[in-house]
Amino acid sequence: MVPISAYLILAAVLFGIGSVGVLVSRNMIIMFMSVELMLNAANMALVAFSRALNLMDGHVIVFLVLTIAAAEAAVGLALIVALFRNRESVDIDRFNLMKW
Amino acid sequence: MVDYVSSLSIDFSLIYPEITLLLGASLILLSVFSRQLGALAPGIGVVTLVLALGFTAAQWGDQKAGFAGMVTCDDFGTMFKGIFTVASFLTLLIAHRYMKVRGIDKPEFYALILVSTVGMMVMANSTDLIVMFLGLEIMSIPLYVMAGFNRRSLESNESAIKYFIMGAFASAFLLMGIAFIFGAAETTNLRRIAADFSYIAGHFGVYLYAGIALIVVGFGFKVAAVPFHSWVPDVYQGAPTPVTAFFSVAPKAAGFAAMLRIFVYGMAGADALTELFWILAVLTMSVGNILALRQDNVKRMLAYSSISHAGYIIIALVVGGSDAVSAAIFYLVAYTLFNLGAFAIVTHLECRSGCKSDLPELSGLAGTNPYLSVALGLFMFALAGFPPTVGFFAKFYLFAAAVKAGFVSLVVIAVLNSFVSVYYYLRVVKACFFDSPSAKPLTPIRMVPSILIVVIVTAVGTLGLGFFPQRLLELSQAAIFAFL
Repeated sequence: MVPISAYLILAAVLFGIGSVGVLVSRNMIIMFMSVELMLNAANMALVAFSRALNLMDGHVIVFLVLTIAAAEAAVGLALIVALFRNRESVDIDRFNLMKW
Repeated sequence: MVDYVSSLSIDFSLIYPEITLLLGASLILLSVFSRQLGALAPGIGVVTLVLALGFTAAQWGDQKAGFAGMVTCDDFGTMFKGIFTVASFLTLLIAHRYMKVRGIDKPEFYALILVSTVGMMVMANSTDLIVMFLGLEIMSIPLYVMAGFNRRSLESNESAIKYFIMGAFASAFLLMGIAFIFGAAETTNLRRIAADFSYIAGHFGVYLYAGIALIVVGFGFKVAAVPFHSWVPDVYQGAPTPVTAFFSVAPKAAGFAAMLRIFVYGMAGADALTELFWILAVLTMSVGNILALRQDNVKRMLAYSSISHAGYIIIALVVGGSDAVSAAIFYLVAYTLFNLGAFAIVTHLECRSGCKSDLPELSGLAGTNPYLSVALGLFMFALAGFPPTVGFFAKFYLFAAAVKAGFVSLVVIAVLNSFVSVYYYLRVVKACFFDSPSAKPLTPIRMVPSILIVVIVTAVGTLGLGFFPQRLLELSQAAIFAFL
């Protein structure tokens, strides 16, 4: 049987890749994908814990999180489309009207 | 004692205000299809919020739990629900005129405010980490849209995107934290976590503290604590001004409601948190204040000022205990009043074309709009914490609670910070009253009733509660957690 630590390490690695992706990437779509990766890493940890503890809670929470991720995707992509219409670019470096 | 956690009773009376707001929002969304009905949207919003405030007031004093222990109705939550409702109500009044002038007066805006308020209420009332997370998302997703509501403006687009990326990033941290706490505690229910805290910390300390750290990062982004504040100035400056007013008050109060609930109610046993919040408080108030010193844009200045106010409120998390919680509630009520008042005036000034609310545009305002300038001055004095405004008592009670618990050095730093902040608040007053009007004369501004009401209500509240803080203090002292 695969120990729970293996799943948790995988989740942590995915989470790390996601957060580095958000911080490093200059492309809005890739930043957005990285955030989704982070959410799914959290889902992975929830399911792993849930399985190890023999509880159903974690499995149910994952469904709630998936719904939230879908809602976030709808709004986020709509914002990116609105921005692209005005700017014709999804490069974050060009969004510097206000200084960071 | 009833076992609330395992009981599956569904008691809808716990969430009457939320249901009211959701119905109102749905009604507004239905009205979108017809132009005549769409014009009713602000009215529907106002009526809904008044009803929700009524239901919230009726809940005052109730101590109940329901929905398998996930929702708790106590005076702490009810007080925060009141703050959110009042903040949305005032924002709605401020927004109406501004949206018309900018040509973005869509009914959807009012529905978004209401839905976002529902999310905040869920956050304040939940005693379960997952329900809190759901509330946070219900609050945040409408806020992203509201930030980008002026979709032809590049600044508004930029603000929305930055808010969205940062908000989603923070949510992911929060969720990961919840996952780890679930792994340690085998539950996400705060009541159970609080009951077994020492056992969990002893046996699964690694998971628990990893989870707590991730949750602190997540909420740090939401309440704009330094070092997680970099998005705040841009988002606040780019968003439509009434939306900025809302951002600076309501989501921040909701974030603190959730943080107080988690860390003072659920995890009071975690010792390491005191030092962590100590550092966070000092960093947040100092960095916010120092960066605010050199801002020439009023909106941006108020953004940094809101960061430093968040720093003061984090003191309550350092101290813990019921004194600090009631002081934090007092502070948030006071801050809601005078900050929304200041933003109402900024919004009013921005209703002129081409106004970007830079500081030089305010010069000589006292000559053309004396009453408005006096009100703006009052709000600035309140933000800086001068007596006899309520801003003074807000700081006083908070610092007194901290001194009583023995955090003297923290209070010294906070008081020094308040002195620093006087400089940039008084710059606004100086521009209004003592600078000669700029070469390009400003068009005179006609006051509209909706904004006038907000300015009068907030000014009377700021001064009145400054002279008679006793009543509000009693209310906030009553508003503590119910340990059901």
